[in-house]
Amino acid sequence: MSHHIVEFRDVCFSYPDNTPALDGISFRITHGESVGIVGANGAGKSTLLMHMNGYLLPSKGTVVIGDLELNKKTSRDVRKKIGLIFQNPDDQLFMPTVFDDVAFGPINLGLSEEKIRERVDEALRVVGCLPLKEKPPHHLSSGQKSAVAIASVIAMQPDILAMDEPASNLDPKSRRQLINLLKGFKHTKIIASHDLDLILEVCERCMVIKEGRIAADGFAEEILLNKVLLEENGLELPLSRQNIIYTRKGQDERVGKT
Amino acid sequence: MTFDKEYFNIGYLDRLSYGDTVIHRLDPRSKVIATMIFVITVISYGKYQVIPLIPFLLFPVLLMTLSDTPVMLIVKKMLVVSPFAVFIGVFNPVFDNRAVALSDTVYISAGWLSFLSILIKFALTISAALLLIATTSFPGVCNALRRLGVPSLFTSQLLFLYRYIFVLMEEAMRIVRAKDLKSFGSRGTGVKVFAGLIGVLFIRTIERASRIYNAMLSRGFDGKMKTMKKSRLGVADAAFLAAVLLMVYLFRAYDIAGFLGGIIKY
Repeated sequence: MSHHIVEFRDVCFSYPDNTPALDGISFRITHGESVGIVGANGAGKSTLLMHMNGYLLPSKGTVVIGDLELNKKTSRDVRKKIGLIFQNPDDQLFMPTVFDDVAFGPINLGLSEEKIRERVDEALRVVGCLPLKEKPPHHLSSGQKSAVAIASVIAMQPDILAMDEPASNLDPKSRRQLINLLKGFKHTKIIASHDLDLILEVCERCMVIKEGRIAADGFAEEILLNKVLLEENGLELPLSRQNIIYTRKGQDERVGKT
Repeated sequence: MTFDKEYFNIGYLDRLSYGDTVIHRLDPRSKVIATMIFVITVISYGKYQVIPLIPFLLFPVLLMTLSDTPVMLIVKKMLVVSPFAVFIGVFNPVFDNRAVALSDTVYISAGWLSFLSILIKFALTISAALLLIATTSFPGVCNALRRLGVPSLFTSQLLFLYRYIFVLMEEAMRIVRAKDLKSFGSRGTGVKVFAGLIGVLFIRTIERASRIYNAMLSRGFDGKMKTMKKSRLGVADAAFLAAVLLMVYLFRAYDIAGFLGGIIKY
């Protein structure tokens, strides 16, 4: 299947105050790939994601989603293909109840009432939030909000999922559930995050962004274990791959003493 | 800090609407219509009419009882907004000092009557509105209004107001806390600082609005807020509306208070 492609061709973008954010980004993500986007604060990760659904349009270069070149006219169709999940779930959940929020997308797709209910239930079940259906978002915990935000997007059944820091504000257990959830998706996945361990677990491919340019692009296993490359780009090795011998050693010593 | 306390209070009225009583189960539209009829009838009484208003207390009392709403909660919320009503009427006894006979020997200034009338009307209408929210939930009322023909531009504004008042309050709370941590004693509490805080809050709000709009666009928003119909008008709604109409009609057309008084007299 060739139509779940995300392709950036030499995309440049500056904010209205002339802050350059993207400076000639080119890549191609094909169907079913899971790609992590990492980089220091302000490297351009969020700006990059906002180009994927036409919220921002490149000042130079083109973005192609599926078989559509992204511009003002096609942006609505592109938004049906790509589900974008933002960093702050409070911005993502804007309707008064969980049900209304998850149903918002399907309603706008023009589905029948029965179909909408089905989709909402299905999406909430996938993220394990079905019992929260009638609750207002301000009575949910951060973890629940994040999960519902994901449900609100998968209810639209997009071909591609793009996420900005999906695991920020989550406690370890919720984060683990999220990782398992993401691993289960067959969609094309694009995840921008500082949580390198999450990227390592979920993504096969990884792109490093620095000052609006792609500094590296390759297998996640290779890039995320390349200490020199990571440190050059304001990152460090994923915690799970850092030397954990210290603690082991400490324990061994303690065990030895007693 | 009182601000924190207020924040936790505001959600309480909202939680009440999760209840499941006869009143809660009615279609929001019938409750909105009934409340509107009630409020309009109450304010249709003249400036000096006090006695005919009294029987109308039956409506909020019945609603409160049938919906298990705690009386004290409604009373407290009413007290919070009561200064508005009090200030509207408090000078009436001074300016409107025409003498009115209560009985053959007791005279008071007409201003007292109109003041009392304002207070009772206030109590009746505000309690009815609070009970509507407490039994229907704010979004329920908004949806009802939309289905009754109020333009969706207004109702979606209300929905957003309701959704983000909590987020905004949290934001404000964080800013105030941060300020408190960095101001010692009376320093850093002046009007200038306060103006700055408001500015920060405003800018954050604008940024948030643009992020929300972005989220709406990514889910296919095209300028129209569409929501699903969740309730139907049924027999219970018809009965409720008929009962309210009958009650209001009887109270308005007949002198119920006088009639009851007459019974007691003999």
